[in-house]
Amino acid sequence: MYKIAVASGKGGTGKTTVSTNLSHYLAQEQAILLADMDVEEPDSHIFVQGQLWQEKKVYKEVPTLIKDKCVGCGRCKEVCAFNAITMLGKRVLFFNELCHSCYACLELCPHQAIEMKPQMLGQLTQINDKNLTFLEARLDIGQEQAVPLIKQSFDFIKENIPAEIGIIDSPPGSSCPVVETVKNCDFVFLVTEPSPFGLNDLKIAVDTVKLLKKDFAIIINKDDGEENIIRDYCSKEDLEILAAIPEKQSIAELYSRGSLIYEEDVDFLGEIQKIASKVNSLMRRKR
Amino acid sequence: MKIAVSTVGTKKDSKLEPRFGRANYFVVYDTETKEYTFIDNQEIQETAHGAGPQTSQKIFDAGVNVILTGNGPGKNAFQVLEAGNIKMFICKEDITAEEVITKYLNNELKAFEN
Repeated sequence: MYKIAVASGKGGTGKTTVSTNLSHYLAQEQAILLADMDVEEPDSHIFVQGQLWQEKKVYKEVPTLIKDKCVGCGRCKEVCAFNAITMLGKRVLFFNELCHSCYACLELCPHQAIEMKPQMLGQLTQINDKNLTFLEARLDIGQEQAVPLIKQSFDFIKENIPAEIGIIDSPPGSSCPVVETVKNCDFVFLVTEPSPFGLNDLKIAVDTVKLLKKDFAIIINKDDGEENIIRDYCSKEDLEILAAIPEKQSIAELYSRGSLIYEEDVDFLGEIQKIASKVNSLMRRKR
Repeated sequence: MKIAVSTVGTKKDSKLEPRFGRANYFVVYDTETKEYTFIDNQEIQETAHGAGPQTSQKIFDAGVNVILTGNGPGKNAFQVLEAGNIKMFICKEDITAEEVITKYLNNELKAFEN
């Protein structure tokens, strides 16, 4: 599968707008996966109808103590790189939210006093709507780690979903969850907006994507159609502006109603077509 | 009894630091010897995750019985401090370590509850 991450630095620039409309548009002619990896607050599902196909609970492995084997030597605490283990005298306390399931404590315990047990992280939901397969990854409330859930979502895609093209709605920002998402994709669309925050966060996102050695293109949302700070930045840095979605109240209204925008707005349709033809040319190059 | 105050500096006239886990220093007062010492916690700024438990561990290892802080410890830190039988009190005022210790000794501070 050729996977395209739809990412942004700043939140609220239009990742979901682009991902959902682009997926539906492409699905008119071919099998498409739309995956929502914004696991802390997935919302692409609002724009997807269809049939529930399968659900899967996702777990991570966390340590527990075998009390009668523990002598309180503190080795597990020393080797934990994530401060997930505290020793009060000879008492061991585990903080499972901080645990990265690296198994160092289990492997290095001189008394084999640690075993791993699964802890639920979240859930995957697959919905099928004709050509469109939708996968949502959702982190449980109170869970802090998006990365293992995202990792397992990509494993699930590999094993279960045959579409040739995947549109991956990414988390906002440029920290670990975004890195994990982009790492697993072949190309990145960076959605931004002409505001100082939009520009600042776009620069960080561009640096991140470059570090990960991924090719990318810029999509400007809420574009005022004139010279603006994003256009200036892109021309200075020689970055490709793939599409520019105009700033229009009617587009925001369609979105807030949960409608597909390209079906009702011709300007928006034009921009989605530009993005779609980029997707198709990337696919041709791959083949 | 040892009382530790989260502070921005190392002296008894250093201001109270409202954060617990990410405090750079703790000024420590020993009620028996009447002496002030401090715990250097600056290395916590290098820690991305788990500052609360790590700082709590340091406080426990230093043999502290009571902590005085601003906002109160977070969930993880609370768990460690409670398991370590360390009492927690909070003070929202912009005052020095010495002043907040005096308030504690006069029973003027609120116990922190999770």
